[in-house]
Amino acid sequence: MRKIIFESLVHGPLTEPSPGADPAALAEVGAAFARVARRRFGRSLAIREVDAGSCNGCELEIHALNNAFYDIERFGLRFVASPRHADVLLVTGPVTKNMREALERTYNATPDPKWVVAVGDCAVDGGLFAGGYACVGGVSSVVPVDLHIRGCPPRPIDLIRGLLALVEPGEAH
Amino acid sequence: MALCHEPSHEIGVVSLDCPDRTFPSVARTHPPALRLEATVRDLFGLQAEGTPEPRPWLDHGRWGVSHPLGATPGPAQTRAYAFLPVEGESLHEIPVGPVHAGIIEPGHFRFTANGETVVRLEERLGYVHKGIEGLMAGAEIGHAARLAGRVSGDSTVAYALAFARAVEAALQIEAPPRAAWLRALMAELERLANHFGDIGAICNDAAFALMHIHCGVLRERVLRAADLCFGHRLMRDVVMPGGVGRDLASEGIAALRALIVEIRRRFPALVELYDNTASLQDRTVATGVLKPDLARQYACGGYVGRASAQAFDARRACAYSPYDQLRFDVPVLDAGDVNARVWIRIREVEQSLSLVQQILDRLPAGNIAGELAAATGTTREGAALVEGFRGDILVWLRLGGDGRIERCHLRDPSWFQWPLLEAAVEGNIVADFPLCNKSFNCSYSGHDL
Repeated sequence: MRKIIFESLVHGPLTEPSPGADPAALAEVGAAFARVARRRFGRSLAIREVDAGSCNGCELEIHALNNAFYDIERFGLRFVASPRHADVLLVTGPVTKNMREALERTYNATPDPKWVVAVGDCAVDGGLFAGGYACVGGVSSVVPVDLHIRGCPPRPIDLIRGLLALVEPGEAH
Repeated sequence: MALCHEPSHEIGVVSLDCPDRTFPSVARTHPPALRLEATVRDLFGLQAEGTPEPRPWLDHGRWGVSHPLGATPGPAQTRAYAFLPVEGESLHEIPVGPVHAGIIEPGHFRFTANGETVVRLEERLGYVHKGIEGLMAGAEIGHAARLAGRVSGDSTVAYALAFARAVEAALQIEAPPRAAWLRALMAELERLANHFGDIGAICNDAAFALMHIHCGVLRERVLRAADLCFGHRLMRDVVMPGGVGRDLASEGIAALRALIVEIRRRFPALVELYDNTASLQDRTVATGVLKPDLARQYACGGYVGRASAQAFDARRACAYSPYDQLRFDVPVLDAGDVNARVWIRIREVEQSLSLVQQILDRLPAGNIAGELAAATGTTREGAALVEGFRGDILVWLRLGGDGRIERCHLRDPSWFQWPLLEAAVEGNIVADFPLCNKSFNCSYSGHDL
């Protein structure tokens, strides 16, 4: 163990520079969000992830945000275990009818002010699963959505660029 | 119903017409069929006569319809779901989910505990049921292949491969050799990425973050190499019926060779770290034991089965191309605990590295996709069994004469692993459940369909 830790110290971090916020995401969340979020939270947001029917692909890439290359906590973004602790809900999936109530209850359990980020193509409009008997189709048809991050699944870098719009309004560095 | 004759590994599919909407229950004498039969009833309205399970499974009474895939769908039925009764003085219940604390899929676990000890775990699944088999019916093959690749995100290559091979079996065609080898390459990269993720995550659930971080780095390196080679980190929508959609360029080959070197340089020290950390071993050894007899009864595949003395591996048993031409071992252990499931993954990482290297050394030249004439004018059936990282994935389908999917069933290995998790957890402390659960790493989405 000592050898592994020593090597890590010598070689320095793998963490890559910030890609900056996505201009489209900045436009979607808007200036009003920036003012409220920064006044209330400074540069720190607690995120609760909710899988509302995804294939698990989005979860894999959301997980990757915590690895040494992306290290999302350096931006003040961290994942929390309970909606009670969350400022942001990160919701994936086409919202299955069997998950609809759980999503609503999670949303209602999150204290105000709160924001919802819909992650992945399914979360936008149901994606390939739209139109069936089992899916509601799109997170915004169940809870209000403030930001969409597209992709199937979105790459970690796209997730960061989208999420940075929540904490770094107007800056790209 | 698909059956596998054990000594010969010959696979047969049995069909039964059900004019009076019933069929004889298999679960009555063979419990592994229990949840599958309940699912047949939920989706098609076909009743298993004599089944010991009267409760619905995937149908939570929220679809607005009952028997959505049956000949005559009915109005939704809302029935309260009764968990198994528990009696005893010092027992308490712990309900968990469907929304869990981590970044994982949704499902409900009902623990009954005596102090710290779990005396029963009952699973309630179906929360991520997306109606995939309903969406498949009537779909064109290309669209259906994309759906198949989204049954379980961590196994997108394996599902796309199983679906493609089932279509090819129905049409009696074969993918070109180069495509078959590239498919195996992707399947092994998928296995490597998932095994690294799992090994790290299991250790993380024992609060040993160092392994998690370093395994996460290896996983990320695999995904980046996959992205460079195939244009997608999870290699989604690359395997398609008839072949593959993207060829491997020389820069991709170089990246994969560098990847193998890097992993071989880093991984042994992590294995040693796992093996020599007593506090970690204390959590994984003798925890969550799955008895070999039970694994055998459920024909449990993947690392769960192989850690409990089951040697089945579809790559070896079915020997689909190119695995019939490649050298690899199927590691098997018999302890059946969390530790054994970690070690199976470690050994499989080593085997997959060797397979990737063999594929790169001997990759045949030629086309990557053949002609796919799906509209044959006749109804055809095909099935395929392939080895995903989690175990054997079965796809059966029927193509109409117009080349569209009439019916397609995709069976995840988790169907025969989830019930065994209930058994493996019994007698363990509640705090060890995450460890047991992660070491099984069953798919919610693949199971719920």
